[in-house]
Amino acid sequence: MNAGKIITYFLLILCGLVMVIPFFWMLTTSVKSQLEVNKGNVGFSPVEEYDVYREDGKEYYITVVKEVGDSSYVHLFNEEMKMIRSYAKVANQNIHHEKKFKLHWENFSNAFVKVPFGRYFLNTIFVSCSVVLGVMITGSLAAYAFATMKFKGQNFLFYLFISMMMVPQPVYLIPSYVLLNHLGWVDTYYALIIPWIANIFTIFLLRQQFKTIPRDLFDAAEIDGCGRFRILWKIVLPLSKSVISTAAIFGFIGSWNSFMWPLIMTDSPKLRVLQVGLSYFSQEASTQTSLLMAASTFSILPLVVLFLIAQKQIIASFASSGLKE
Amino acid sequence: MKKRKFDYGPYLYLLPAFIIIFVFRLIPIVLSFIVSFFEWTVTGAGAFIGLENYAIMIKDHEFWQSLLNTFYLVIFVVPVSLFLSLLFAVLLNSIKALKSFFRSVYFVPTVTSLVAISIVWKIIFNQQTGLANFALEKIGLEPLGWLAESRGIFQLIFANFGIDLPSWAGGPSLALFSIIIMTIWKGLGYNTIIYLAGLQSIPISYYEAADIDGAGKIKQFFKLTWHLISPTTFYVLMMTTITTFQVFSQIYLMTGPPVGGPLGTTKVIVYFLFDKGFGESNNLSYASAIALVLFVIILSLTLLQKRLEKKVHY
Repeated sequence: MNAGKIITYFLLILCGLVMVIPFFWMLTTSVKSQLEVNKGNVGFSPVEEYDVYREDGKEYYITVVKEVGDSSYVHLFNEEMKMIRSYAKVANQNIHHEKKFKLHWENFSNAFVKVPFGRYFLNTIFVSCSVVLGVMITGSLAAYAFATMKFKGQNFLFYLFISMMMVPQPVYLIPSYVLLNHLGWVDTYYALIIPWIANIFTIFLLRQQFKTIPRDLFDAAEIDGCGRFRILWKIVLPLSKSVISTAAIFGFIGSWNSFMWPLIMTDSPKLRVLQVGLSYFSQEASTQTSLLMAASTFSILPLVVLFLIAQKQIIASFASSGLKE
Repeated sequence: MKKRKFDYGPYLYLLPAFIIIFVFRLIPIVLSFIVSFFEWTVTGAGAFIGLENYAIMIKDHEFWQSLLNTFYLVIFVVPVSLFLSLLFAVLLNSIKALKSFFRSVYFVPTVTSLVAISIVWKIIFNQQTGLANFALEKIGLEPLGWLAESRGIFQLIFANFGIDLPSWAGGPSLALFSIIIMTIWKGLGYNTIIYLAGLQSIPISYYEAADIDGAGKIKQFFKLTWHLISPTTFYVLMMTTITTFQVFSQIYLMTGPPVGGPLGTTKVIVYFLFDKGFGESNNLSYASAIALVLFVIILSLTLLQKRLEKKVHY
């Protein structure tokens, strides 16, 4: 290995660490006790330092408040680090300083039930799946028309769609709210799903794919008496499986992570999707670092797992968003 | 042969997508002009006020401040992100072992939600319990105020040398700079992937020819790669600029209370319009006017970049 290679790998590892450290720190903090975090033990190590008070074979976690002679005033804590008594006078000889390796997995369950994260997950899964399904249906139909048929206004419509893709979301956010409010859809699932069941990028991507299918196949199928829809269903879609799954994953990630839209379009707690719920949770539990980290961890977990399973496809789908015609 | 009837088919196939795009994209864009010309709250339309919103905006100190903050964000995020992502991509493209591993590692922030990531970075920048100050302490530096620091970064740097910069020359506040760091981190993976795809599309024969001519790796990069990759650079430049102009979630989640603080130094244009539209004043009409101004800015930057691109292309 030459010097250039070593420098290359060194830089790559360094950058990799920078990308990963926030996640790693999130994980290590999520299994710490809040007491430990507040004490300023904010490194990566899950080793905890305690003062323990032992008497009659029983063990209590304590923090020493004040020493008086050979005894001290202490706060007493239970196993879960909840304070059970604010002051107790104990003998110094029963106080021991200990280091323990302890992972507080209960942070996860505590965070999960503190606000109804179960409901938020279900809402998000329902919304994301509906959106992806809708996008696939409208997208393949429209792409099929653009790719294989000739009709009046074809170019005009195509460029109209493409130019709509250029409009940033904040621009149509306010009028969309006005419109949805007029339809009576604000604070319903409709507002989260219906406006998103057509995706111009998906149409564009599928059109590119459909165009690569040889026309001879269509002609042969037509001679066999296949109608347009059967050709789409029996020939075009099966031949486009990989692009379809790419587009589906892309849409799913986008929908799962969308935040500003559901934040504005819904109000009632039972309609909160995961991102909105997490945002409210971060305001409610703003001082409970380890709970916040636990909640962040389990809310990104599904997508990280999905990413680990389908890395190649996901990266390819994002890369294809940079393709030009 | 039968006479051909008018073929409705294509339009039927287009209809579902068209209805959605027409109702939820095209109509809102037209509507946003209308809303900005009327008094408009959640209850509906009020009196016609013409261009009054735009007149108010010009005199609105908050508007100019959020515009300035947004420009700071763009000016810092875009070049740094472009430079780093091209560097990563070139490095990645030069290796074989572990290539896809590194690629995946860089990409994780792109697929994770901005909300969760913002929460994590907010705690990283926490003065007492954050990783940032913990790291500074470990290497023997003074802790910083990060998201709570309203003084400009240039002001802070020059203060170290005993020079007192006036606040207008102070640059973005350290709080905004913390947002800048996090925003670069979040977008790096995506840009790297795009650059990598661009690099891989350059035919190997070009480099073989350059090797025969005896051009070194660095010379090859500047004489060959840099020019051939320029369409990708324009794409990355455009996308990063557009998305950075629309930064919202990290401001909403990481700053404050009140959001946009300290002293409004992290208030960006999209948060400003969100606050006007859905905050206390509930002034959808004014918010709509702000959104249109944002649109004009983004559109003109896009057109400018397109124009530059045409000039530069070979």
